[in-house]
Amino acid sequence: MYNPLAIVGSVFLASLAEVGRVFSFAAHAVSHLVRPPIYWRIILKQMWLIGYNSLPVVGLTALFTGAALAQQIYVGGSRFNAENVVPGVVVIAIVRELGPVLGGLMVAGRVSSAMAAELGTMRVTEQIDALVTLSTDPFKYLITPRLMAAVITLPMLVLIANIIGIMGGYVIGTERLGLNAGNYLQVTYDYLEKADVYSSLVKAAVFGFIIALMGSYHGYISRGGAQGVGKATTNAVVSAFIVILLANLIITVIVFGGKG
Amino acid sequence: MTATPKIALSGVHKSFGPKHILQGLDLTIAKGSSLVVIGGSGTGKSVMLKCILGLLRPDSGSIKVDGQEVTTASRSERKKILEKFGMLFQGAALFDSLPVWENVAFGLIQGKGLNKKDAKEIAVEKLRRVGLRPDVANLSPAELSGGMQKRVGLARAIAAEPEIIFFDEPTTGLDPIMADVINDLIVECVKDLGATTLSITHDMASARKIADRVAMLYEGKIIWEGSKETIDTSGNEYVDQFIHGRAHGPIEMQILKS
Ligand SMILES: Nc1ncnc2c1ncn2[C@@H]1O[C@H](COP(=O)(O)OP(=O)(O)O)[C@@H](O)[C@H]1O
Ligand SMILES: [Mg+2]
Repeated sequence: MYNPLAIVGSVFLASLAEVGRVFSFAAHAVSHLVRPPIYWRIILKQMWLIGYNSLPVVGLTALFTGAALAQQIYVGGSRFNAENVVPGVVVIAIVRELGPVLGGLMVAGRVSSAMAAELGTMRVTEQIDALVTLSTDPFKYLITPRLMAAVITLPMLVLIANIIGIMGGYVIGTERLGLNAGNYLQVTYDYLEKADVYSSLVKAAVFGFIIALMGSYHGYISRGGAQGVGKATTNAVVSAFIVILLANLIITVIVFGGKG
Repeated sequence: MTATPKIALSGVHKSFGPKHILQGLDLTIAKGSSLVVIGGSGTGKSVMLKCILGLLRPDSGSIKVDGQEVTTASRSERKKILEKFGMLFQGAALFDSLPVWENVAFGLIQGKGLNKKDAKEIAVEKLRRVGLRPDVANLSPAELSGGMQKRVGLARAIAAEPEIIFFDEPTTGLDPIMADVINDLIVECVKDLGATTLSITHDMASARKIADRVAMLYEGKIIWEGSKETIDTSGNEYVDQFIHGRAHGPIEMQILKS
């Protein structure tokens, strides 16, 4: 019973089974995209809840990160008399990595937890069972609209985060570090490539899917009263964080996989 | 007695891991009758209802509604079968993101595709039927007392005029007077609709009021069934202990043994 290999093995198998359940949950939700009715009103409401309410936290995160980044690159760069790399490095770092990743994590903290708490409460108070008895498919009514809303909304949020992040670098760069304002924007523009923007938005959409999936999944399967809902909320956020970071690594390696 | 029963369960088993909840449950409910299943907390009364509704899948056994097997029904067949049902949940299970009237009209709008205006009219009418004034319609469920939530839950259960209604502990958590009000409403609404009902409760006053027949669930099986009038003379010591609420008797001994 206490054979460490057996314990590792059973933990591994349990995790594998959990991954399988998440995948089949996701497949079930996605399959409803092509089976009407589609609840547009709920999708719009969820987009509002996810997007508008996340703007302040995502914006502030991007602003501070862009500013701190510019400061660090300036200090690092000045050792090689290369202060002028600031705009270029800031724009690449923000658009390729920090905008989508930090934006995704901040939204995950807000939205995965809120979804898990809401759906978990609906589960333990039998509201999800009630949906079924009222001829409404809970996946179609609850899960699919949340996934769609998050996939649509996250790219918009990340686009805004990217712009604000670049502005944060710009403000520090021009106001504090004395870089030339016109030159700063020109270099930013020159360094920015279409592929960077596309990859940023693709990452955002994927992260949106992960955020809604983790929130919905853990809420939907929760049981055991208030304690169960609390656990679902924690699990949703932690798993969303880890899966976002893993997905980010995978996309980065695929898109920017060159070694040179 | 050759008529097809409205609902027929035979040999239904359901376990959660090592916990064997239903262990060969047999039950038939004739069309138009009101069966009340009594039994202690945690004996699997709600699990039984959820198996019939397809919310839980039994491990084995047969469940038929109007002679049609539900355990093997396809998704679309099951949807059809579910349209025959209305259910009042133990905690009312109102959708707290929707106002009261949309709760009541939910099955009409989502299930039957009625437009909102007509659905709201019907909802207000159903609310009146359960003794709630029209101005309750626009409140949120969280603003209602427990008794009012139960009434709204009842209005929602009857809104689509189902053939079969399930009541899961309709009076639990209510004061005795409100419990009696709900019992009366249940009896009236059921009579209006001519519906077949299956109720579960451990409230004997409620059982006596709403039942034609009573069955007792114990250790995953129906151990006694009879008409309401015979319940005091059942000669079954489990039933006797339960209806008199005695701490001592065969039921306690079983708990100690395990
Ligand atoms: N989805 C589930 N997963 C695991 N155990 C469950 C589930 N639903 C019910 N149970 C267990 O089954 C038993 C019977 O529950 P229930 O039918 O709700 O009892 P009651 O007779 O009070 O309605 C309880 O021990 C409960 O913990
Ligand atoms: Mg119960």
